[in-house]
Amino acid sequence: MSRYLLDKFLYTVDRDPGLVERYREDPAGTVAWWEAEMANTILNCTPAERTTWLSFTDDERTALTQHDHVTLFQLGAHPFLTLTLFIAMFERDHGPLEYQKAYGRAMQHLTLPYPDIAT
Amino acid sequence: MSSMAEIAAVIASTHHPFYYRASTATGDDRPPFADEWVAKIERFRETLTRAEPDVLVMVGSDHFHQLWLDNMPQFLVGKAPFFDANWHNEEREFGLPRMTLRGQEDLAAHLLRDGLDRDFDLAFSNELRIDHSITCPIITLRPQADLPIVPIYTNIFAPPLPQPRRFVALGRAIREMVESWESDQRVAIIGTGHLSLELGGPRQFGEHGPDPEFDRKAVEWIASGDIEGCLAEVSLDSLHAPGNATHGFIDFMLMMGVAGEGQKADHVDSLDLFHTMEAYFTWYPNGVPGEVAPA
Repeated sequence: MSRYLLDKFLYTVDRDPGLVERYREDPAGTVAWWEAEMANTILNCTPAERTTWLSFTDDERTALTQHDHVTLFQLGAHPFLTLTLFIAMFERDHGPLEYQKAYGRAMQHLTLPYPDIAT
Repeated sequence: MSSMAEIAAVIASTHHPFYYRASTATGDDRPPFADEWVAKIERFRETLTRAEPDVLVMVGSDHFHQLWLDNMPQFLVGKAPFFDANWHNEEREFGLPRMTLRGQEDLAAHLLRDGLDRDFDLAFSNELRIDHSITCPIITLRPQADLPIVPIYTNIFAPPLPQPRRFVALGRAIREMVESWESDQRVAIIGTGHLSLELGGPRQFGEHGPDPEFDRKAVEWIASGDIEGCLAEVSLDSLHAPGNATHGFIDFMLMMGVAGEGQKADHVDSLDLFHTMEAYFTWYPNGVPGEVAPA
Protein backbone atom coordinates (compact mmCIF):
# COMPACT_ATOMS: atom_id res chain seq x y z
CA MET A 1 0.00 0.00 0.00
CA SER A 2 1.59 3.26 -1.11
CA ARG A 3 -1.09 5.88 -0.59
CA TYR A 4 1.62 8.49 -0.36
CA LEU A 5 2.83 7.71 -3.86
CA LEU A 6 -0.71 7.75 -5.27
CA ASP A 7 -1.16 11.19 -3.75
CA LYS A 8 2.22 12.28 -5.09
CA PHE A 9 1.21 11.27 -8.61
CA LEU A 10 -2.10 13.14 -8.39
CA TYR A 11 -0.43 16.20 -6.87
CA THR A 12 2.46 16.50 -9.29
CA VAL A 13 0.34 15.87 -12.37
CA ASP A 14 -2.38 18.29 -11.28
CA ARG A 15 -0.05 21.24 -10.93
CA ASP A 16 1.61 20.80 -14.33
CA PRO A 17 -0.75 21.77 -17.18
CA GLY A 18 1.27 19.77 -19.71
CA LEU A 19 1.09 16.64 -17.57
CA VAL A 20 -2.66 17.05 -17.04
CA GLU A 21 -3.14 16.87 -20.83
CA ARG A 22 -0.67 14.02 -21.19
CA TYR A 23 -2.41 11.96 -18.49
CA ARG A 24 -5.81 12.64 -20.05
CA GLU A 25 -4.69 11.52 -23.51
CA ASP A 26 -2.29 8.69 -22.63
CA PRO A 27 -2.90 7.41 -19.10
CA ALA A 28 -0.92 4.16 -19.43
CA GLY A 29 2.09 5.86 -20.97
CA THR A 30 2.03 8.72 -18.51
CA VAL A 31 1.77 6.44 -15.47
CA ALA A 32 4.62 4.23 -16.69
CA TRP A 33 6.84 7.23 -17.45
CA TRP A 34 6.00 8.92 -14.16
CA GLU A 35 6.72 5.84 -12.08
CA ALA A 36 10.05 5.30 -13.82
CA GLU A 37 11.26 8.89 -13.91
CA MET A 38 9.38 10.97 -11.35
CA ALA A 39 8.13 8.78 -8.52
CA ASN A 40 11.44 8.91 -6.66
CA THR A 41 12.11 12.61 -7.11
CA ILE A 42 12.05 14.53 -3.82
CA LEU A 43 10.15 17.68 -4.70
CA ASN A 44 12.33 20.12 -2.76
CA CYS A 45 15.68 18.52 -3.68
CA THR A 46 17.97 18.42 -6.68
CA PRO A 47 17.41 15.55 -9.15
CA ALA A 48 20.55 13.75 -7.98
CA GLU A 49 19.17 13.32 -4.45
CA ARG A 50 16.66 10.67 -5.36
CA THR A 51 14.58 8.39 -3.19
CA THR A 52 15.34 4.71 -3.78
CA TRP A 53 12.24 2.80 -2.72
CA LEU A 54 8.94 4.19 -4.00
CA SER A 55 6.77 2.22 -6.43
CA PHE A 56 3.09 1.53 -7.05
CA THR A 57 1.31 -1.70 -6.22
CA ASP A 58 -0.34 -3.42 -9.17
CA ASP A 59 -3.78 -2.28 -8.00
CA GLU A 60 -2.66 1.32 -7.73
CA ARG A 61 -0.99 1.31 -11.12
CA THR A 62 -4.09 -0.20 -12.72
CA ALA A 63 -6.46 2.31 -11.10
CA LEU A 64 -4.34 5.22 -12.31
CA THR A 65 -3.99 3.72 -15.79
CA GLN A 66 -7.75 3.25 -16.07
CA HIS A 67 -8.63 6.75 -14.77
CA ASP A 68 -10.64 4.84 -12.16
CA HIS A 69 -11.51 7.46 -9.55
CA VAL A 70 -13.78 5.06 -7.64
CA THR A 71 -10.97 2.58 -7.05
CA LEU A 72 -8.57 5.39 -6.21
CA PHE A 73 -11.02 6.45 -3.49
CA GLN A 74 -11.22 2.88 -2.21
CA LEU A 75 -7.44 2.68 -2.13
CA GLY A 76 -7.32 5.75 0.12
CA ALA A 77 -6.00 8.31 -2.35
CA HIS A 78 -6.73 11.79 -1.01
CA PRO A 79 -10.22 12.59 -2.38
CA PHE A 80 -9.42 16.29 -2.87
CA LEU A 81 -6.44 15.50 -5.07
CA THR A 82 -8.32 12.98 -7.18
CA LEU A 83 -11.35 15.25 -7.60
CA THR A 84 -9.29 18.31 -8.52
CA LEU A 85 -7.25 16.50 -11.16
CA PHE A 86 -10.22 14.65 -12.64
CA ILE A 87 -12.23 17.87 -12.91
CA ALA A 88 -9.27 19.38 -14.74
CA MET A 89 -9.22 16.48 -17.19
CA PHE A 90 -12.90 15.78 -17.77
CA GLU A 91 -15.15 18.68 -16.76
CA ARG A 92 -14.63 20.17 -20.21
CA ASP A 93 -16.49 17.26 -21.82
CA HIS A 94 -19.71 17.97 -19.88
CA GLY A 95 -22.20 20.72 -19.07
CA PRO A 96 -21.93 22.81 -15.88
CA LEU A 97 -21.52 20.57 -12.80
CA GLU A 98 -22.58 17.47 -14.77
CA TYR A 99 -19.20 15.87 -14.33
CA GLN A 100 -19.03 16.59 -10.60
CA LYS A 101 -22.47 15.06 -10.06
CA ALA A 102 -21.71 11.99 -12.16
CA TYR A 103 -18.45 11.56 -10.26
CA GLY A 104 -20.44 11.37 -7.01
CA ARG A 105 -23.10 9.09 -8.52
CA ALA A 106 -20.43 6.59 -9.55
CA MET A 107 -19.62 6.18 -5.84
CA GLN A 108 -23.18 5.83 -4.50
CA HIS A 109 -22.54 2.23 -3.43
CA LEU A 110 -19.82 3.36 -1.01
CA THR A 111 -20.81 3.84 2.63
CA LEU A 112 -19.19 5.05 5.84
CA PRO A 113 -16.63 4.51 7.10
CA TYR A 114 -14.69 5.62 4.04
CA PRO A 115 -11.20 4.22 3.48
CA ASP A 116 -8.43 5.71 5.58
CA ILE A 117 -6.53 8.47 3.76
CA ALA A 118 -3.76 8.90 6.32
CA THR A 119 -0.29 8.62 4.83
CA MET B 1 4.59 54.78 26.89
CA SER B 2 3.96 51.78 24.70
CA SER B 3 0.44 50.72 23.83
CA MET B 4 -0.98 47.33 22.93
CA ALA B 5 -2.77 46.42 19.76
CA GLU B 6 -6.56 46.38 19.82
CA ILE B 7 -8.78 43.65 18.40
CA ALA B 8 -10.98 45.46 15.89
CA ALA B 9 -13.06 42.40 15.00
CA VAL B 10 -13.05 38.62 15.08
CA ILE B 11 -14.51 37.06 11.95
CA ALA B 12 -15.23 33.45 11.04
CA SER B 13 -16.49 32.43 7.63
CA THR B 14 -16.79 29.62 5.19
CA HIS B 15 -14.52 30.03 2.17
CA HIS B 16 -16.30 29.24 -1.04
CA PRO B 17 -14.09 29.35 -4.11
CA PHE B 18 -17.17 29.69 -6.38
CA TYR B 19 -18.10 33.12 -4.95
CA TYR B 20 -15.73 35.14 -7.10
CA ARG B 21 -17.04 33.72 -10.36
CA ALA B 22 -20.70 33.71 -9.24
CA SER B 23 -20.54 37.32 -8.07
CA THR B 24 -18.86 38.65 -11.20
CA ALA B 25 -20.85 36.62 -13.74
CA THR B 26 -23.43 38.42 -15.88
CA GLY B 27 -26.30 37.45 -18.15
CA ASP B 28 -26.92 33.74 -18.69
CA ASP B 29 -23.72 32.88 -16.84
CA ARG B 30 -24.98 34.41 -13.58
CA PRO B 31 -26.36 31.71 -11.28
CA PRO B 32 -29.85 32.31 -9.82
CA PHE B 33 -28.52 32.47 -6.24
CA ALA B 34 -25.83 35.09 -7.03
CA ASP B 35 -27.78 38.22 -6.10
CA GLU B 36 -28.80 36.94 -2.67
CA TRP B 37 -25.26 35.70 -2.07
CA VAL B 38 -23.74 39.07 -3.02
CA ALA B 39 -26.19 40.91 -0.77
CA LYS B 40 -25.26 38.74 2.21
CA ILE B 41 -21.55 39.15 1.49
CA GLU B 42 -21.89 42.93 1.23
CA ARG B 43 -23.56 43.06 4.66
CA PHE B 44 -20.82 40.79 6.01
CA ARG B 45 -18.14 42.99 4.44
CA GLU B 46 -19.59 46.02 6.20
CA THR B 47 -18.93 44.34 9.57
CA LEU B 48 -15.20 44.44 8.81
CA THR B 49 -15.21 47.84 7.13
CA ARG B 50 -16.86 49.54 10.12
CA ALA B 51 -14.25 48.01 12.46
CA GLU B 52 -11.56 50.05 10.65
CA PRO B 53 -8.77 47.49 10.87
CA ASP B 54 -5.13 48.23 10.08
CA VAL B 55 -3.88 44.63 9.95
CA LEU B 56 -5.51 41.27 9.22
CA VAL B 57 -4.48 37.99 10.84
CA MET B 58 -5.77 35.39 8.39
CA VAL B 59 -6.29 31.78 9.48
CA GLY B 60 -6.69 29.29 6.67
CA SER B 61 -5.42 25.96 5.39
CA ASP B 62 -3.26 25.20 2.39
CA HIS B 63 -5.01 22.78 0.02
CA PHE B 64 -1.91 20.85 -1.10
CA HIS B 65 -0.43 23.83 -2.89
CA GLN B 66 2.87 24.74 -1.21
CA LEU B 67 2.63 22.37 1.75
CA TRP B 68 3.07 18.74 0.83
CA LEU B 69 3.20 15.36 2.48
CA ASP B 70 7.00 15.15 2.46
CA ASN B 71 7.17 18.04 4.93
CA MET B 72 3.81 18.83 6.49
CA PRO B 73 3.49 21.37 9.32
CA GLN B 74 0.48 21.31 11.65
CA PHE B 75 0.46 25.07 12.31
CA LEU B 76 2.48 27.56 10.29
CA VAL B 77 2.88 31.35 10.41
CA GLY B 78 3.83 33.24 7.27
CA LYS B 79 6.48 35.90 7.91
CA ALA B 80 7.35 37.77 4.77
CA PRO B 81 7.02 41.29 3.34
CA PHE B 82 4.67 40.04 0.62
CA PHE B 83 2.48 37.06 -0.13
CA ASP B 84 1.64 36.17 -3.68
CA ALA B 85 -1.65 34.41 -3.94
CA ASN B 86 -3.72 31.84 -5.74
CA TRP B 87 -2.50 28.91 -7.74
CA HIS B 88 -2.85 27.59 -11.25
CA ASN B 89 -5.45 24.99 -10.31
CA GLU B 90 -7.56 27.64 -8.54
CA GLU B 91 -7.40 29.85 -11.61
CA ARG B 92 -8.31 26.83 -13.76
CA GLU B 93 -11.22 25.49 -11.67
CA PHE B 94 -12.60 28.61 -9.99
CA GLY B 95 -11.38 31.52 -12.11
CA LEU B 96 -9.62 33.09 -9.11
CA PRO B 97 -7.33 36.03 -9.92
CA ARG B 98 -3.64 36.30 -9.09
CA MET B 99 -3.04 38.64 -6.15
CA THR B 100 -0.18 40.03 -4.06
CA LEU B 101 -0.79 41.01 -0.45
CA ARG B 102 1.54 42.85 1.88
CA GLY B 103 2.77 41.10 5.01
CA GLN B 104 3.04 42.47 8.58
CA GLU B 105 6.38 41.04 9.66
CA ASP B 106 6.50 42.63 13.11
CA LEU B 107 3.25 40.95 14.12
CA ALA B 108 4.32 37.67 12.49
CA ALA B 109 7.58 37.72 14.45
CA HIS B 110 5.68 38.47 17.66
CA LEU B 111 3.23 35.60 17.09
CA LEU B 112 6.07 33.19 16.36
CA ARG B 113 8.13 34.14 19.41
CA ASP B 114 5.20 34.36 21.78
CA GLY B 115 3.57 31.23 20.35
CA LEU B 116 6.74 29.16 20.78
CA ASP B 117 7.05 30.44 24.35
CA ARG B 118 3.47 29.28 24.98
CA ASP B 119 4.40 25.74 23.82
CA PHE B 120 2.87 25.96 20.34
CA ASP B 121 5.68 24.66 18.14
CA LEU B 122 4.78 26.87 15.21
CA ALA B 123 6.43 26.33 11.85
CA PHE B 124 7.16 29.36 9.71
CA SER B 125 7.58 30.30 6.10
CA ASN B 126 9.48 33.26 4.69
CA GLU B 127 8.21 32.67 1.15
CA LEU B 128 4.60 31.59 1.15
CA ARG B 129 2.17 31.64 -1.73
CA ILE B 130 -1.26 31.64 -0.19
CA ASP B 131 -4.37 29.96 -1.53
CA HIS B 132 -8.14 30.44 -1.62
CA SER B 133 -8.59 29.63 2.08
CA ILE B 134 -7.12 33.10 2.66
CA THR B 135 -7.93 34.91 -0.58
CA CYS B 136 -11.65 34.02 -0.51
CA PRO B 137 -12.17 36.10 2.65
CA ILE B 138 -10.03 38.87 1.14
CA ILE B 139 -12.32 38.84 -1.90
CA THR B 140 -15.49 38.81 0.21
CA LEU B 141 -14.44 41.05 3.11
CA ARG B 142 -11.74 43.35 1.77
CA PRO B 143 -11.74 43.17 -2.02
CA GLN B 144 -9.42 46.16 -2.33
CA ALA B 145 -6.79 43.89 -0.69
CA ASP B 146 -5.05 46.93 0.76
CA LEU B 147 -4.20 45.78 4.30
CA PRO B 148 -1.11 43.90 5.43
CA ILE B 149 -1.72 40.36 6.62
CA VAL B 150 -0.24 37.64 8.77
CA PRO B 151 -1.32 34.27 7.36
CA ILE B 152 -1.61 31.34 9.73
CA TYR B 153 -2.06 27.93 8.16
CA THR B 154 -3.54 24.97 10.01
CA ASN B 155 -3.59 21.35 8.92
CA ILE B 156 -7.22 20.27 8.56
CA PHE B 157 -6.43 18.33 5.43
CA ALA B 158 -3.69 15.73 5.75
CA PRO B 159 -4.15 13.31 8.66
CA PRO B 160 -2.94 12.87 11.32
CA LEU B 161 -4.40 16.21 12.44
CA PRO B 162 -4.08 17.94 15.81
CA GLN B 163 -7.08 17.49 18.12
CA PRO B 164 -9.93 20.04 17.97
CA ARG B 165 -9.14 21.20 21.52
CA ARG B 166 -5.67 22.13 20.26
CA PHE B 167 -7.21 24.35 17.58
CA VAL B 168 -9.37 26.02 20.24
CA ALA B 169 -6.32 26.51 22.46
CA LEU B 170 -4.35 28.04 19.60
CA GLY B 171 -7.26 30.38 18.91
CA ARG B 172 -7.28 31.53 22.52
CA ALA B 173 -3.52 32.02 22.36
CA ILE B 174 -3.73 34.01 19.11
CA ARG B 175 -6.23 36.33 20.76
CA GLU B 176 -3.96 36.90 23.78
CA MET B 177 -0.86 37.25 21.65
CA VAL B 178 -2.41 39.87 19.38
CA GLU B 179 -3.59 41.76 22.46
CA SER B 180 -0.03 41.71 23.83
CA TRP B 181 1.54 43.04 20.63
CA GLU B 182 3.15 46.39 21.34
CA SER B 183 1.54 48.44 18.63
CA ASP B 184 -1.13 51.04 18.12
CA GLN B 185 -2.60 49.03 15.24
CA ARG B 186 -6.15 47.72 15.08
CA VAL B 187 -6.09 44.03 14.24
CA ALA B 188 -8.92 41.96 12.78
CA ILE B 189 -8.54 38.21 13.21
CA ILE B 190 -10.25 36.37 10.37
CA GLY B 191 -10.45 32.62 9.91
CA THR B 192 -12.20 30.41 7.39
CA GLY B 193 -13.29 26.81 7.33
CA HIS B 194 -16.27 24.73 6.31
CA LEU B 195 -19.50 23.39 7.65
CA SER B 196 -20.42 19.88 6.46
CA LEU B 197 -18.68 19.21 3.17
CA GLU B 198 -17.94 16.25 0.93
CA LEU B 199 -15.23 16.42 -1.73
CA GLY B 200 -14.48 13.52 -4.02
CA GLY B 201 -17.02 11.18 -2.39
CA PRO B 202 -20.57 9.97 -3.02
CA ARG B 203 -22.25 12.84 -1.16
CA GLN B 204 -20.63 15.71 -3.10
CA PHE B 205 -22.49 18.38 -5.06
CA GLY B 206 -25.93 17.59 -3.66
CA GLU B 207 -28.92 19.94 -3.37
CA HIS B 208 -27.67 21.03 0.06
CA GLY B 209 -24.61 20.37 2.15
CA PRO B 210 -24.17 16.68 2.99
CA ASP B 211 -25.46 17.08 6.58
CA PRO B 212 -27.91 19.97 7.17
CA GLU B 213 -28.46 18.85 10.77
CA PHE B 214 -24.74 19.15 11.51
CA ASP B 215 -24.77 22.58 9.85
CA ARG B 216 -27.67 23.74 12.03
CA LYS B 217 -25.86 22.65 15.18
CA ALA B 218 -22.56 24.10 14.00
CA VAL B 219 -24.06 27.53 13.32
CA GLU B 220 -25.62 27.49 16.81
CA TRP B 221 -22.33 26.51 18.48
CA ILE B 222 -20.46 29.29 16.71
CA ALA B 223 -23.12 31.99 17.05
CA SER B 224 -23.49 31.36 20.79
CA GLY B 225 -19.80 30.75 21.49
CA ASP B 226 -20.60 27.31 22.88
CA ILE B 227 -17.06 25.98 22.82
CA GLU B 228 -17.63 23.36 25.51
CA GLY B 229 -20.78 22.03 23.85
CA CYS B 230 -19.00 21.85 20.54
CA LEU B 231 -15.93 20.11 21.98
CA ALA B 232 -18.22 17.61 23.72
CA GLU B 233 -19.70 16.49 20.39
CA VAL B 234 -16.95 17.03 17.87
CA SER B 235 -13.92 14.78 17.53
CA LEU B 236 -11.52 13.90 14.74
CA ASP B 237 -13.50 10.68 14.28
CA SER B 238 -16.97 12.23 14.48
CA LEU B 239 -16.23 14.72 11.71
CA HIS B 240 -16.13 11.94 9.12
CA ALA B 241 -19.89 11.44 9.47
CA PRO B 242 -21.12 14.85 8.22
CA GLY B 243 -18.89 14.69 5.12
CA ASN B 244 -15.35 13.71 4.26
CA ALA B 245 -14.06 17.31 4.09
CA THR B 246 -15.83 18.46 7.27
CA HIS B 247 -12.55 18.58 9.18
CA GLY B 248 -12.38 22.13 7.84
CA PHE B 249 -14.87 22.87 10.61
CA ILE B 250 -11.99 22.73 13.09
CA ASP B 251 -10.83 26.11 11.82
CA PHE B 252 -14.21 27.46 12.96
CA MET B 253 -13.43 25.96 16.36
CA LEU B 254 -10.10 27.81 16.35
CA MET B 255 -12.02 31.02 15.69
CA MET B 256 -14.42 30.23 18.54
CA GLY B 257 -11.30 30.10 20.71
CA VAL B 258 -10.32 33.55 19.43
CA ALA B 259 -13.80 34.92 20.16
CA GLY B 260 -14.01 33.32 23.61
CA GLU B 261 -16.28 30.96 25.55
CA GLY B 262 -19.87 32.12 25.68
CA GLN B 263 -19.28 35.08 23.38
CA LYS B 264 -22.31 35.61 21.16
CA ALA B 265 -21.52 36.75 17.66
CA ASP B 266 -22.65 40.27 16.78
CA HIS B 267 -23.37 39.30 13.18
CA VAL B 268 -24.64 35.87 12.13
CA ASP B 269 -25.76 34.92 8.66
CA SER B 270 -25.90 31.81 6.50
CA LEU B 271 -26.88 30.81 3.01
CA ASP B 272 -28.03 27.35 2.00
CA LEU B 273 -26.36 26.60 -1.32
CA PHE B 274 -26.03 23.41 -3.32
CA HIS B 275 -23.05 21.32 -2.19
CA THR B 276 -22.42 23.23 1.05
CA MET B 277 -23.88 25.84 3.40
CA GLU B 278 -22.26 29.23 3.73
CA ALA B 279 -21.99 30.84 7.18
CA TYR B 280 -20.70 34.21 8.36
CA PHE B 281 -19.93 35.44 11.89
CA THR B 282 -18.48 38.64 13.33
CA TRP B 283 -17.66 39.47 16.93
CA TYR B 284 -16.64 42.87 18.31
CA PRO B 285 -14.77 42.12 21.55
CA ASN B 286 -14.40 45.83 22.31
CA GLY B 287 -17.93 46.85 21.45
CA VAL B 288 -19.78 47.41 18.23
CA PRO B 289 -18.00 50.16 16.29
CA GLY B 290 -19.89 53.43 16.41
CA GLU B 291 -22.01 52.40 19.39
CA VAL B 292 -21.31 53.63 22.91
CA ALA B 293 -20.52 50.72 25.20
CA PRO B 294 -23.03 50.23 28.03
CA ALA B 295 -21.89 51.76 31.31
